[in-house]
Amino acid sequence: MRDMKSEVGYWTFFIIAGIVVFVLLFFHMMIIHMDQLLGIFNPAGGSALDWKNVIYRSHSAFFTTIYIILLAAALYHGFYGLRTILFELGLKKRTQSLITIAVWVIGITLFSVGVFANIAVQTVKAAV
Amino acid sequence: MDKENQQKRDIILHIRRFDPERDESPHLEQYTVKVEPGMTILDGLHQIKQNQDSTLSWRFSCRMGVCGSCAMLVSGRPMLACNTQILDITDRALTLAPLPNFDIIRDLVPDLTRLFEDHVAIQPYIQGQDAEEMENPTGEFFQTPHELEKYLQFSYCIKCGCCMTACPTMATDREYLGPMALAQAYRYNTDSRDRGYESRKSVIGASHSTFNCHYAGECSNVCPKGVDPARAIQLMKRDLVLDYLKLKKRKKACRVMGIPSDVERKPSIPFPPYTVEQK
Repeated sequence: MRDMKSEVGYWTFFIIAGIVVFVLLFFHMMIIHMDQLLGIFNPAGGSALDWKNVIYRSHSAFFTTIYIILLAAALYHGFYGLRTILFELGLKKRTQSLITIAVWVIGITLFSVGVFANIAVQTVKAAV
Repeated sequence: MDKENQQKRDIILHIRRFDPERDESPHLEQYTVKVEPGMTILDGLHQIKQNQDSTLSWRFSCRMGVCGSCAMLVSGRPMLACNTQILDITDRALTLAPLPNFDIIRDLVPDLTRLFEDHVAIQPYIQGQDAEEMENPTGEFFQTPHELEKYLQFSYCIKCGCCMTACPTMATDREYLGPMALAQAYRYNTDSRDRGYESRKSVIGASHSTFNCHYAGECSNVCPKGVDPARAIQLMKRDLVLDYLKLKKRKKACRVMGIPSDVERKPSIPFPPYTVEQK
């Protein structure tokens, strides 16, 4: 029963993460790749990848939160997919449990590194 | 040449043969069959066994697409041999092989043990909430046409194994429950008379089950009875998620209609005559 509950939970959050990634990627496309057309969140003008614009977004609490949510959703969605692919290789139950643990550990580590980078960039000055 | 012989054509059947006592691996053998319009693959196999090779083995029973015994791979597509006319699919040659994703017992006979074990695992029977009523019924469970419609198409499944053969997940994951068993789990979960969802949940919600369906949809494409197992599995995913999020609606108790006590059989309706001699 425990296996059942966790599997249903994993899949539920996999779908939620997929929807979050889809919505946030839409905004990513608008802000970064359609910058010349829309020009939103580019206070310094020019390209969205100009240093001043990048630092402006990185110092914004809104963007920091969005980046962290996108990172969590993308990591969860991707690693769940990887776990599913590996499970279909006909592995033993014990190996499957080890894969689940490994995926969690690697995912949380990468998430921690991403969150650290996101917060650390707050200290970088715009004038560099 | 008379008219009857003019309609007959020579069709080559490439049949995958395998005798576990003699062969190390399956191999193809070629037979030429005189085929006339209306002749099924099953008829062709009978003709070969009668006239050319008596050792050829396959499984069949009803010869009318009801029992599901004669499912086999016909030119790469799972079909019922009794339901498929040779000239409908070829005018030259076709290849016959046993259903893949199962072990081979001999020639065209697959070992369907896995299919039936999976079927048993999902508890394919009505589980009522009132044990006393189930054991000693006082009437009939009331079911509206709308409630019947929800599961009716899934109850047409004849357990032939065609969907299990076409499923790409079955081909890679030996532990996967498969479209037949999952569709049948949905069939019983949706039945208004059934209360077995909680006990089936541990099987359908586990790994190598409902959530491993990648929705290729081939199971529904090949089903000879027009059942849509892919749809059943997606609907079951929805039910499991809603249940996990505590949003699933609870089933209403199924009403029992008592047997009417004040009616009698019409005397004008005679008992039908026996079709076999009574001893």
